[in-house]
Amino acid sequence: MKRSAVLLLSPGLLLIIVLLILPILQMFLPTFVGDQFFLEKYLNFFHSNGNIQVILRTLMIAVITTLITLSLGLPTAYWMSRLGDRWKKVVSIIVLFPILTNAVVRNFAWITILGKNGVINNFLMQLHIIDKPMTLLYTNFSIVIGSVYLFLPIMITSLVSSFSQLNFEVEEAASVIGARPSIVFFKVILPQLSVGMLTGSILVFVGSLTAYTTPQLLGGNKNMVLATLLQQQSITLGDWTSASVVAVILTVIAVLVMTIMNYGTKLMDRRNAK
Amino acid sequence: MRTKIKFSSVVGCLVLVILVVPLLIVIVTSFGEESAISFPIKGFTFEWYANVFQQPDFVEGLKMSSIVAILASFLALLVGIPIVYVLTRFDIHHKDWFQTIFLSPALIPEIVIGFALYQALVISLQLPLFISLIVGHFLLCLPYVVRLITAGMMEFDESIEEAAWMVGYDKITTFFKVVIPNIKQSVVAAFILSFITSFNNIPISLFLNGPDLNMLPTSILNYLENNYDPTVSAVSVILMIITASIMILAEKYLGLNKLT
Repeated sequence: MKRSAVLLLSPGLLLIIVLLILPILQMFLPTFVGDQFFLEKYLNFFHSNGNIQVILRTLMIAVITTLITLSLGLPTAYWMSRLGDRWKKVVSIIVLFPILTNAVVRNFAWITILGKNGVINNFLMQLHIIDKPMTLLYTNFSIVIGSVYLFLPIMITSLVSSFSQLNFEVEEAASVIGARPSIVFFKVILPQLSVGMLTGSILVFVGSLTAYTTPQLLGGNKNMVLATLLQQQSITLGDWTSASVVAVILTVIAVLVMTIMNYGTKLMDRRNAK
Repeated sequence: MRTKIKFSSVVGCLVLVILVVPLLIVIVTSFGEESAISFPIKGFTFEWYANVFQQPDFVEGLKMSSIVAILASFLALLVGIPIVYVLTRFDIHHKDWFQTIFLSPALIPEIVIGFALYQALVISLQLPLFISLIVGHFLLCLPYVVRLITAGMMEFDESIEEAAWMVGYDKITTFFKVVIPNIKQSVVAAFILSFITSFNNIPISLFLNGPDLNMLPTSILNYLENNYDPTVSAVSVILMIITASIMILAEKYLGLNKLT
């Protein structure tokens, strides 16, 4: 019994250790070697204002994207869960299709919309509302738009699955005894959804935190985030150590956020089960 | 009550419009005659589709992306199914540690995995890029396989397996004749999802492709850096058609809810 378990697990375990854990360690360890102090390279990194800005921008984009997808996703998922089976299926397909479509395609769509000669600028100029094209592309704004577009379907999907477990009878009972719709929503529905909201938020937050394609295509050279900084330091500048420092910081933030939020999800799960 | 339902349906419909319209714009611009992308388009042409197939990077990239996606998904299933079988059926210590280890590729940012593999496999070990690409995409696919197959094993009643042992099947025969056929749907779903994830990946391929080894998404990214013409719209439409075909196949054989 035991032996066959070891036999079946060891190939996978070995592959993960050799192909993932060792390469990650090989990259991480040299960043903790300094002439005077083991965190020297990190102190140097945080000494630069530009780098601090990159970290703050990365976090801000992830926070704003999560909040927007959550506030658009909640009503959408609620609406979907109340649709008849046939329409629900049609809408689910429309939501699933972008998730499975390449990120390059989805970001490229926004270049054609937000660009200098893009759909929005053209439209507003034809109506003579503006006479010079606005700068929409290659800004923090365009990165947020692109990220929301990228992650909204994922948020909706995680919310829909928790809405489908939602107990609508409790909701009806609450309104029968005279609770106002807003009270019903905040006191009865929202608590039942907290796990789905957290799961969706983890996916969206970590996804936009570590995303490369969207800031690369929609952010331009001025609006760097950690992922594009990592690419620039390594591929463009060939500075492996600095790139590794960025990689460690990005990984630590992502793992930290995931661990904390997963812990929160578990706590809520336990509370809801009671 | 009424107002809330109204509010949510307005937002819901708006969200659908936001999701669909950008993709529709891409489809429309792929037919425009002007060499700069414009909307609304002037004229109508299929020229840009022809141009897609004249880009060696795109054609080679499509081939390479498909090959890598198929091999990596297959490898992930080969390694992943035994792992899940042990984790769901055997009584072993520290089960959740193992679970975490096998899901760990999903914890580390993809771009970091790509960078680490480039340093370790390509620079230090001097492995060919193709092998390194397969490794990177295998790591990408493994967590999906582990998650979906675990769900499949949970649904599959253990007592059927025990019944097979009792009528005299040995463990290995039972695994192939009873377990695998019963979780077939999850296996197919895991393969499809792995394939799509690998096929669409950019951050890992970014570090592991080279002048002779192009993946389609990174080729499009490179093309976009120097050109901005409807060829990109046309190749985008081709990618959308691939996605749609996979979805139709998945719906036919599995039901789409298996994929999420």
